[in-house]
Amino acid sequence: MRTIQVEQITEAVAQMCKEAAYYLPEDVYQALKKGRETEESPVGRDVLDQIIKNAEIAKAEDRPICQDTGMTIVFVEVGQDLHIEGGSLNDAINAGIAKGYTEGYLRKSVVAEPLFDRKNTQNNTPGIIYTEMVPGDKLKIEIEPKGFGSENKSDIKMLVPADGVEGVKKAVLDIILHASCNPCPPMVVGVGIGGTMDKAAYYSKRALLRPLTQRNAHPDYAKLEEDLLEMINKTGIGPQLGGTTSALAVNVEWGPTHIAGLPVAVTICCHATRHSKREL
Amino acid sequence: MAEKIRITTPLTEEDSRKLKVGQSVLISGVIYSARDAAHKVMTEALARGEKLPIDWHDQIVYYLGPTPAKPGDPIGSCGPTTAGRMDAYTPTMLDQGIKGMIGKGSREPEVIESMKKNGVTYFAAVGGAAAFIAKSVKKYEVIAYPELGPEALAALTVEDFPAIVVIDSEGNNFYEIGQKPYRKL
Repeated sequence: MRTIQVEQITEAVAQMCKEAAYYLPEDVYQALKKGRETEESPVGRDVLDQIIKNAEIAKAEDRPICQDTGMTIVFVEVGQDLHIEGGSLNDAINAGIAKGYTEGYLRKSVVAEPLFDRKNTQNNTPGIIYTEMVPGDKLKIEIEPKGFGSENKSDIKMLVPADGVEGVKKAVLDIILHASCNPCPPMVVGVGIGGTMDKAAYYSKRALLRPLTQRNAHPDYAKLEEDLLEMINKTGIGPQLGGTTSALAVNVEWGPTHIAGLPVAVTICCHATRHSKREL
Repeated sequence: MAEKIRITTPLTEEDSRKLKVGQSVLISGVIYSARDAAHKVMTEALARGEKLPIDWHDQIVYYLGPTPAKPGDPIGSCGPTTAGRMDAYTPTMLDQGIKGMIGKGSREPEVIESMKKNGVTYFAAVGGAAAFIAKSVKKYEVIAYPELGPEALAALTVEDFPAIVVIDSEGNNFYEIGQKPYRKL
């Protein structure tokens, strides 16, 4: 059995937090450049110029792309033949978040309790950690810092089977129109279809990790992604002040559901769709 | 884009009322950052009849919670946050004399009515352009509520801070005007 020390996990997570905050993924950067070429609104083009310039400054100078460096969502795949030594996995991940956010001059945006005290934990912990057991002896960690300007506009609709494809499109459109200019478009839209209410939301979060140029492996869902993107880019929302580049991509993830249900969750992400991964 | 208009703070009601929707501006001088927690604390203080830490008359508020400054820098990344979250507090704050707000995103009708009454302009900065915007900030000084961390009330000295008049003091709204020609649904 392979053994890994918790210190290695902490260090990797700390580095990933910084990387994700400073370096916009190349696929998102290229999608912004492509959007700039096709954007019809002159004001929209000015906004995209500023967003592209911003990503370049952040990368060149190791600065956060956005001041909202997010709540840290962590997706972990633990090989069942791997032994983690020296402490708990969750503690090691949270220690990494605290280290990364402190060393990297990232904003600490987490409050310990949501309703009454709302006291800042001062180190951005805890992260939202999803752990899955998989075959093998590796540890895969992927982090997705999620800003809340866009998270606040995410939503879920519990549709019924009769609503079908048109119902799904209408649900997504309603959520996007309600979000409008607020979630820092151009957006990246993660859609989760199926499962239960919570599982659909999970799918919609995972969907944001997929490269923007890669369509769903299932041809019907790939077509749905393209149709949804075309629809969203006709809303006029554009890059914040109106235009034709409202979203850079729509990624759909789906899973089995109940005979009575058709849950549809939409996670809206801003143009700073950030993530970073490591295999240990 | 057309010629940019230069604004130097403080911003008087007369100057604010001259600004028209869609105009690009470059703001210089001192502006004050406050967001959710500082707005809550300030409006609660006003309800108790207390004085606020600064005189908001003819000032510009920037809805912001920056990242910490790296050594040698005045401020970290510092783009606008969603203004709509401040809407519940905004009419009360505008009655304190604020003449400009910088943020991003739409506002409630009650806020727009209060803007018309008080002659206030709402400017949008580009959401998520936080490293770019930091280049226009020369000084960051916490004025009150340091315990709120990134949400503290602070004074920012800015030079040519880029923004656009997104809702003017007559209530003209660029979020609506800007989207309409491109809505093809």
